[in-house]
Amino acid sequence: MNLLRVENLTKSFGGLMAVNEVSFAVEAGSIVGLIGPNGAGKTTVFNLITGNYQPNAGTVDFDGVSLVGLPTHTIVEHGIARTFQTIRLFQNMTVLENTLAGCHCRMRAGALAAMLRTPAQRREEQKALEQAMAELAFVGLAHEWENKAKNLSYGNQRLLEIARALATQPKLIVLDEPAGGMNDQETQELIQLIRNIQHKGITVLLIEHDMGLVMRVCSSLVVLEHGAVIASGTPAEIQANPRVIEAYLGADSE
Amino acid sequence: MKNTTIIFGISALAIACAPFALNTYWVDVLNNVGLYAILALSLNIILGHAGLFHMGHAAFYAIGAYTAAILNTTYGVPILWLMPVAGVLAGLFALVVARPIIHLRGDYLLIVTIGIVEIVRIALINNVFDLTGGANGIFGISRPSVFGFKITKPQHFYYLIWGFAAATIFLLLRLEHSRFGRALLYIKEDEVAAGGSGINVPQLKLIAFVIGAVWAGMTGTIYAAKMTIIAPESFSFAESVVLFTIVILGGSGSIPGVILGAFLLVGLPELFRGLAEYRMMVFGAAMVLMMIFRNQGLVPPAPKHYAIKPDLRAGGAQ
Repeated sequence: MNLLRVENLTKSFGGLMAVNEVSFAVEAGSIVGLIGPNGAGKTTVFNLITGNYQPNAGTVDFDGVSLVGLPTHTIVEHGIARTFQTIRLFQNMTVLENTLAGCHCRMRAGALAAMLRTPAQRREEQKALEQAMAELAFVGLAHEWENKAKNLSYGNQRLLEIARALATQPKLIVLDEPAGGMNDQETQELIQLIRNIQHKGITVLLIEHDMGLVMRVCSSLVVLEHGAVIASGTPAEIQANPRVIEAYLGADSE
Repeated sequence: MKNTTIIFGISALAIACAPFALNTYWVDVLNNVGLYAILALSLNIILGHAGLFHMGHAAFYAIGAYTAAILNTTYGVPILWLMPVAGVLAGLFALVVARPIIHLRGDYLLIVTIGIVEIVRIALINNVFDLTGGANGIFGISRPSVFGFKITKPQHFYYLIWGFAAATIFLLLRLEHSRFGRALLYIKEDEVAAGGSGINVPQLKLIAFVIGAVWAGMTGTIYAAKMTIIAPESFSFAESVVLFTIVILGGSGSIPGVILGAFLLVGLPELFRGLAEYRMMVFGAAMVLMMIFRNQGLVPPAPKHYAIKPDLRAGGAQ
């Protein structure tokens, strides 16, 4: 069953066709990689799925709901969480508070309940704290809970973004270059973490430049070049595809 | 934690006893400090927590004061009963004017809010709907009474104002430490990341505006009762700037900071009355120095405390 289906998605910025009739599907429970050379439009596709950009044409269907035109926070509520390519944490807030941001959309208490401190509000706060700590433990950051986000190492900041995304209780998590800036050791741990996310029953869609990582964790790949899909299939098929090799290594000069 | 409790207790005690040690003039100065402190605290929700550059807070204060004054002088409704009415009306006004401008950022929002406070002031001067009494304002507002006790002297108002301030602080501390309070901080830190984490950014900004306006409106009622005369000049752009400065100087998003700011900006000039025309100069210089050397304000917000059980802190295990 397809959890996410993108069809004929098109987005242009002025005269630049950033994404051109892109179609692909993400099967529930799978790990799908979106790859391609720099400037191929991968992040733009992500931003179109998560509502940060509105497409000029095309559809995005997620779990039976059309996402086009919905604001970002509603898309998160429907069950798509994301991380950002350029880390976007709340730098001056603690690791715990960053993770609690993800819990926000599953909570209900408003300003009035907070002022009156109703029993329901207190229960909800307690539950959110426990859930946030559980997500931090899941990515291995529980011991850092009191630290400010800006004091974490680069790799740990990426993990915190994942914890915040997981705290929204998503069905699909969209990771934008999660291994960017990580060393080998951290990348190894990240591969395990992505698999653990899958074991939780969460589908993963990721953009990544580290081909080793992509080939090892993804069950299927979609290759973009100049805003269009040039190939899709299993990692083995992609590795053997001449168009993909050409896109990455350049064509023969003859 | 312990230290702040002690400081808080001592300040509360000092404020409670102050009228017995001071003459009427100084009690009245502290009344003004209290009113500005409450107003600045209400602005702090919008400016300090949500990070929205709002320089038109006097507009909401005016709506509250005029609502109370008009209903009191025309229908004779006891003035303190009008607090919730004035608050709701100011909140509705905020909802209507803030809705179309809520997506504006930084300096753009600042300019529009300056426009709002000017429109309100000019509308009041021009005696809109024949209700506001034009440039002369409204007079003959009746004195408030609490359980039959008539509040007339500055000493009486002192306890009314600082009692309301205490309630405000109590409720705002709770608000700060909640889902709503945190969400405003996320918005202030990074709007895109907040939206991407599932936070309804425009809605929360709007609620922040409305809560701030409700509080300013209620404070306006107390002001009207204290002065018995209100006029458009009391709700000028300059008042908004003073409130803005109290929040920024005291410490954006910090409740103790904002209260200290109110004491410094409203109370301190009274101490230096002798310096007369130099005091604004001293003030300006102090402000420039502050922005260079301590731009987070005098008392920046303290980190929040979360009670996490030790077994959850250890983590690591999956």
